[in-house]
Amino acid sequence: MKKIIEVKDVVTQFGKNVVHDRLNLHVNEGEIYGLLGPSGCGKSTLMREIIMLEQFKSGSITLLDQKIENISQKNAQELRLKWGVLFQSNALFTSLSVAENIALALQEYSDLSQECILDVVAYKIDIVGLKQGDGALYPSQLSGGMKKKVALARALAMDPKVLFLDEPTSGLDPISARDFDRLIMKLRDLLNLSVVMVSHDLTSINHTLDRMAVIDNKVIAAEGTLSEVKEIQSPFIERFFGME
Amino acid sequence: MSEDFLSIHIETQGAQTLYRFRGHSNLHKVADFEQTLMASMSTFKERDVIFDLSKVSALDSVGALLISKAIRVAEEDARSLLLVGENSEVRKMLDMVEAHTHKKHDFEPQKKNCFYNIGLYIGENLQMLNTFLAFIAQLTITLMSSLYAWRNIRLKETFFEIYESGIKALPIIALTTFLIGVVVAYQSAEQLKIYGANIFIVDMLGISILRELAPMLAAIIVAGRSGSAYAAQIGVMKITEELDAMRTMGFDPYVFLVLPRMIALMIMMPLLIFFADFFGVLGGMLIAKIDLDITVSLFMDRFVEVVAIKHFWIGLIKGPFFAILIASIGIFRGLQVKNDTQSIGFNTTRAVVESIFAVIICDAFFSIIFTQLGF
Repeated sequence: MKKIIEVKDVVTQFGKNVVHDRLNLHVNEGEIYGLLGPSGCGKSTLMREIIMLEQFKSGSITLLDQKIENISQKNAQELRLKWGVLFQSNALFTSLSVAENIALALQEYSDLSQECILDVVAYKIDIVGLKQGDGALYPSQLSGGMKKKVALARALAMDPKVLFLDEPTSGLDPISARDFDRLIMKLRDLLNLSVVMVSHDLTSINHTLDRMAVIDNKVIAAEGTLSEVKEIQSPFIERFFGME
Repeated sequence: MSEDFLSIHIETQGAQTLYRFRGHSNLHKVADFEQTLMASMSTFKERDVIFDLSKVSALDSVGALLISKAIRVAEEDARSLLLVGENSEVRKMLDMVEAHTHKKHDFEPQKKNCFYNIGLYIGENLQMLNTFLAFIAQLTITLMSSLYAWRNIRLKETFFEIYESGIKALPIIALTTFLIGVVVAYQSAEQLKIYGANIFIVDMLGISILRELAPMLAAIIVAGRSGSAYAAQIGVMKITEELDAMRTMGFDPYVFLVLPRMIALMIMMPLLIFFADFFGVLGGMLIAKIDLDITVSLFMDRFVEVVAIKHFWIGLIKGPFFAILIASIGIFRGLQVKNDTQSIGFNTTRAVVESIFAVIICDAFFSIIFTQLGF
């Protein structure tokens, strides 16, 4: 299977505080991959390093065959069009309506006609389970769950190869959260998407993740499928999965 | 593979049109395809259509949407349409698109006519006046009750604000008023020289700076520095629900946030004006020496002689009033921030514009009142 993301010996340090001490992991194509760990272990930081929002001190990250530690501006920009990112706080542009939020990347980066862009927007709005009428609303008029769906639709706008989700089910009610899980799995199957998510949601972890990495104490405590990870002796893993 | 983008080859076979699709779709290179497909679908309106998708390796959602749209166009014209040769991936994409597609789009936020907008504008502003009065009332209540229970005044926050909006503003106020002193003195020196009335520069500078220029400049700088800071700080605290958190924990934001800023500015404003007086006159004195040969001691003697102390006090007394205006407008604007990022910018701008405007209006009133009272 093709490796779509490879993290090698990554060290992260903020001042004197070492966050990651030689992390190694890889994500295969078409996989839903989870980054787990206790609060403050640097899961989100690792994800932010992969999507080039933060710098790491040493090591190497390869994403879609590009080494991102010494990537050129041009390649970086190309790479940014191949992924979609869903932020924990959704980060919708407040000055734009829902439809405009979703259409923004298409308008900037593709040469499609306006009508075709609206078709795509309508399709993405439907696919994430929103009503067509929601397209005219502004983010400040939406509920938390709707905002999450709009953010997902925006992340999917360019048909990305990789989807990064930062705690996608946090702040959703259990029913919406399970719907969200199903949606992610459906999209993965249909679009051959690879998904990397940071999550604390046990149900979501059990149902959706193909493989996962547990970061604890600055290193990868375990990597593999759910049953493989549960085998590993670690106080965090025992407590985390023992909650069920 | 990477260069083989989606394209069509159109053939006519008797009464039928055969569309041979090939390649894979990529939304960056699909505009030509869109045009060809849609143009030909509307050209050959009465013909039956066969879509041959056997050479299509993959479809993304844009490609699938376009093909499904062409299919729909054919169906609406009651033409027979045959889809052949699509592989299972392509079939899956087409099915998915069909299940989620919508013909009509109405994503335009509702636009209202101009009468509605004028009414809305007036209504909102009246509402705003209402809320501002309510804010002032709440502020007065807090202020009065903290006079009784003066221990409630948050000394630590007040001192912090005194440092932030008072002490830290000293350098910029000193520099600005010094330069204004220089400019005013220089310009009037040119005129006074003509009449040989050099010594009157002292009268002119003394009265204009102490009475009007220094208080105004200090207030405008403070409005720009602290008025905007108050609006932005409190606005962000509102968005991040910090204000709500304080309320639920029983901390009155008026006591914790509003009063310290208010009191700090009221204490510091007269001091800043005093400072501004000093540096403004200093600038004037410098020009008087260089340009008009008036020595420092001569300047001082004349200053004490002609500039009555009342001018100094009138300038100073305006300070607390300006402070109340600046602080209350800045804080009020901060509290008006709604739950989106744009309204921070909007309200910060309004805070500065409105507080400078209020300061100038207030100064005009003082000017008239004091003159009428004979000061």
